[in-house]
Amino acid sequence: MLDSAISALRGLGTRVTSRIWRLGFASRFLLATLLYSGTSFRRFFLTIREIYFTGVLSLIIILVSGLFVGMVLGLQGYDTLQRYGSSEALGILVALSLVRELGPVVSALLFASRAGSAITAEIGLMKATEQLSAMEMMAVNPIARVVAPRFWAGVISMPLLAALFSAMGIFGGYLVGVQLIGVDEGSFWSQMQASVDFREDIVNGVIKSVVFGIIVSWIAVFEGYDSEPTAEGVSGATTRTVVTSSLAILAADFILTAFMFRGA
Amino acid sequence: MAGTGGSDRMHAFAKQRIPSLVSNEPLVKISDLNFTYDRRPILTGINMTIPRGKVVAIMGQSGCGKTTTLRLIGGQLKPSQGEVRFDGQAMHELDTDGLYAVRRRMGMLFQFGALFTDISVFDNVAFQMREHTNLPENMIRDLVLLKLNAVGLRGAQNLMPSELSGGMARRVALARAIALDPLLMMYDEPFTGLDPITMGIIGQLIRKLNDALGGSSIIVTHDVQESLQIVDYVYFMADGKVVAEGTPDEIRASDKAYVHQFVWGEMDGPVPFQYPSAPYREQIYGAAHA
Amino acid sequence: MNRMTLDLWVGVFVAIGLGALLFLALKVGNLASTSTGETYVLKANFDNIGGLKVRAPVKSAGVVVGRVGDIRLDAERFEAVVTMNISSQFKFPRDTFAKIRTSGLLGEQYIGLAVGGDEQVFKPGDSVKKTESAMVLEDLVGQFLFDKAAEGKDKSDVK
Repeated sequence: MLDSAISALRGLGTRVTSRIWRLGFASRFLLATLLYSGTSFRRFFLTIREIYFTGVLSLIIILVSGLFVGMVLGLQGYDTLQRYGSSEALGILVALSLVRELGPVVSALLFASRAGSAITAEIGLMKATEQLSAMEMMAVNPIARVVAPRFWAGVISMPLLAALFSAMGIFGGYLVGVQLIGVDEGSFWSQMQASVDFREDIVNGVIKSVVFGIIVSWIAVFEGYDSEPTAEGVSGATTRTVVTSSLAILAADFILTAFMFRGA
Repeated sequence: MAGTGGSDRMHAFAKQRIPSLVSNEPLVKISDLNFTYDRRPILTGINMTIPRGKVVAIMGQSGCGKTTTLRLIGGQLKPSQGEVRFDGQAMHELDTDGLYAVRRRMGMLFQFGALFTDISVFDNVAFQMREHTNLPENMIRDLVLLKLNAVGLRGAQNLMPSELSGGMARRVALARAIALDPLLMMYDEPFTGLDPITMGIIGQLIRKLNDALGGSSIIVTHDVQESLQIVDYVYFMADGKVVAEGTPDEIRASDKAYVHQFVWGEMDGPVPFQYPSAPYREQIYGAAHA
Repeated sequence: MNRMTLDLWVGVFVAIGLGALLFLALKVGNLASTSTGETYVLKANFDNIGGLKVRAPVKSAGVVVGRVGDIRLDAERFEAVVTMNISSQFKFPRDTFAKIRTSGLLGEQYIGLAVGGDEQVFKPGDSVKKTESAMVLEDLVGQFLFDKAAEGKDKSDVK
């Protein structure tokens, strides 16, 4: 009885220390990535290539999801607002929810599962097939050549994708609210413009998406680089990327929101 | 002043390149090398010498520390004790930049080729030239075709690695490894998973390229018969130690039990057929007791 | 994939991404209405600003003519000093009344400018003399209850 309790405690301790150890390693890894980022910008083609794979290939899922989320917001928002006789405020509701929260958060979640998992799997497979070792033996630093361009591509793509998501969502809300339900078009746009502040709402939304971009890219490249070089190892790492980055996005969103919109 | 600077540079250049061709000092010298991983000793007291211009094989069973030795020579791992000297330079004393500078004079063929799967055969071979030199693209093209021609795959330059057979991938990887004419070539299990014909081709290529480049080669392998035909010297490893060494003829004639078992592929011997276990009788009847 | 196609696609992606940002800034947000055009400063003192916030609109006859730039407390007179950035195209007479109003029952608060009849107009940096503070709901309710109570007392006195 006592033995099993002790061993359970020991197991818990090991898990906690290994998590902390991993966090430390991940931070050191991020530092190395930033340190060796020179190549990603000096030979920008490397980064452009990765922007294609992370950004351009995520376009469809981001645009379609944004449209649908906006349309749902239009329907639900109208349903609630018309009870208070303020259906003209639909534009505000759709725009603020998207620009402040849903745009950055949902696109980051989609990005994590679409692009983040792909980055992890790719780097993990490169490790498993000794491509990273081969690169090291060819005197090319894999962090500079493989990791950093993918990291920066994610950081660059994320705010653009979030902006596209929000814009598409507002268009979806406009389609449902104005074209389908018949909210007055003028008040839809003008109320939106009167209430959405460039500095408070849009810039903060962009800051959020940049932070999420850093988080997702960091987790994705780290999990790939740190994965066990086996088939199970890579698939486990891919799953961890999606789970960890989703949780991290939501937690970071809470913290950022608390800082940004406390007064408003 | 300018003259001094110039001669300094000449001197540095000479140090880097010329002694490696003329010096009698061995290219790689491993002395009293120990390596522990997770407090588990992997290598103990390894001593090896790789002379210039020679092909040396490191043989032994899977898990005896051959590949670890190779990684220590390449500086991917740091020894717990002892040292590896490449061209007179102790590998573990180098910082990252120094290590990368030394590695430009090394080439390594990985077990399954480790080609970059997202770029074509041509770009794989051109990889190091583009990373490390400022050669114009048309010169790179000529060099790549030269290297691909050496392994007989000039016609495959536009294929992707996924379109290659195992043997072809290994040959492309070989072309990539010799792209910058390395002084030292390292082969990690170059014969694994190949048919006899391809095996012969790779074996002959290793020998020919070594003689053409004028460098040295290390082959880590457990394909005894194939490698004995092409190498000049053999080190036998078991449990992280060098247990035997000699020329191929000496190895074939060796009467050491372990070497004999290994060379002739005998089922039982110093390396037991059975994984360490409780006595058979005890385990069978012991279970009945319980 | 060849390098040109790749560049093209990434170029398209970045262009429409920036386009979306521009759309958000100009069409959805108020960047266009705030950053364009010159403004001048007017000040106004209030006893109580209620829930007025920085960037709240300043309206005249219901039309937005500017925004609240800054809110401070005058430590000597214990009054709120509100700085308004008014669009330069609008000039207001010197006897203009500044009132803190609420849009709708529970909406945001704004400053309403009720125009007077003076010939002279405010110069930049002037203070609006005539102001009316925000109506605070608790005070109103309290006043109402007090009146009612007083009324009831009167009635009970009559009895």
